[in-house]
Amino acid sequence: MAETVEKIKLLKSSPDLSTATFQIHDESHTIGNSLRWMIMKNPEVEFCGYSAPHPSENVINIRIQMYDGKSSLDALIVALGELDKVCEAVEDKYIASLQEGKFEQWEERT
Amino acid sequence: MPAQTFDPRRLVGIHAERVTDVSSRDFPGHHPGEDHSWNLAKFKKNLIVKVQRLSRTSVDFDIVGVDASIANAFRRIMIAEVPTVCIEQVYVWDNTSVIVDEILAHRIGLVPLNIDPSLFTMKSDINDTATDRDTAVFKIDVTCERNPKAPKGSIKPEELYINHELLSSHIIWEPVGEQVDIFAARPPAPTNPNIVLAKLRPGQSVNMELHAVKGVGKDHAKFSPVATASYRLLPYIKITKPIPPQHTEKFQRCFSPGVIKIDPRTKEVSVDEEKVRNDSVSREVLRHPEFAGSVELSRVRDYFLFNVESESAYAPERILIESVKVMREKLNNIKAAALALREKSIAGDGDVMMEEA
Repeated sequence: MAETVEKIKLLKSSPDLSTATFQIHDESHTIGNSLRWMIMKNPEVEFCGYSAPHPSENVINIRIQMYDGKSSLDALIVALGELDKVCEAVEDKYIASLQEGKFEQWEERT
Repeated sequence: MPAQTFDPRRLVGIHAERVTDVSSRDFPGHHPGEDHSWNLAKFKKNLIVKVQRLSRTSVDFDIVGVDASIANAFRRIMIAEVPTVCIEQVYVWDNTSVIVDEILAHRIGLVPLNIDPSLFTMKSDINDTATDRDTAVFKIDVTCERNPKAPKGSIKPEELYINHELLSSHIIWEPVGEQVDIFAARPPAPTNPNIVLAKLRPGQSVNMELHAVKGVGKDHAKFSPVATASYRLLPYIKITKPIPPQHTEKFQRCFSPGVIKIDPRTKEVSVDEEKVRNDSVSREVLRHPEFAGSVELSRVRDYFLFNVESESAYAPERILIESVKVMREKLNNIKAAALALREKSIAGDGDVMMEEA
């Protein structure tokens, strides 16, 4: 590793960031698709799409366009925070279900 | 158990030659006059996560009420990004077996180890100096010899020779530094001692030093903690017209065993709510003209039935927890970078440096 690469780069965008393409380094469909979904849940977002441009490039591009000149970067930050809360909720309920212990335990032959 | 019903919008239609309503459309602006904007409280209210079955090596659990992208993110992380510890470097001092060095090294790398990955740190560069915090050292020193006590006339290799096979149990841990204390409860070893790595004959020997490090499945599949990690959608079968008594058994045979119940007295057919999850949704029932229009097949779009088989040091029930941890780490890294980008755009002249696409 010669140099450290930026995690997020800004590609084509308008000066007020109401439309922008963000290039996220070292991420894949895992983050791309779930982030796109969460950004699209925001009513201030006019459009959101993502792509993994090429298998040999370790990046994804996320395009966000906002209504009313709002900042797409703000929408991205909000969505990241909300996705984290989704993960937390899933984890909490999973652990609760495990501790409740109401599931079948069986002997699997290996 | 009362018959479960679902909002028709949650169903993916399954017809003889096509599927319908595959994608979710619960976005703001899609349905006029309805609010589909993100609402954490509503999400938490509708979210169901339930463990169904657990064994020593596998777990079945349901996640209900999340989008496919979220369920898929967990699945992808379980396969490719939950770290485990595997043998990465093999130093061959001697190998006179019939398996060449590279192949044998590759096989050894694939052996699952019982080292809890949380006790190790990830090496940032594989060529960095190894420390007791990031590398476990193993040795193999096996020589095959004739067995002087072999019964006369025997043709069995296990009787004729000593060490006629190189097994995963021959991978012996060599503690270094503070590892003696850290791994006192569970000394590092392969999870399965009976994996045959090479066959040996008298005079052949293998002498190697092995270095195990922490890594992730996207780098090499040997680091993947799971044998399988997959999900299906819950099948939903709706019987819309009574099935004539002479056809009930044929109707039942169109589905996976146990899915369709027949009332012994009235010969009325119904769906077993407990067992409907086992249905293969084969669409066999749609091939028969006598059942035309009497049944609707579908799957529930946000009802995920996960099956995860652990093949690593993790207990199966821990793998989802680890994958959520990895996901949240990723999100927080990206968020920190996004906040830094916003700082930069405010601190400067209100303009952010743009890369040419």
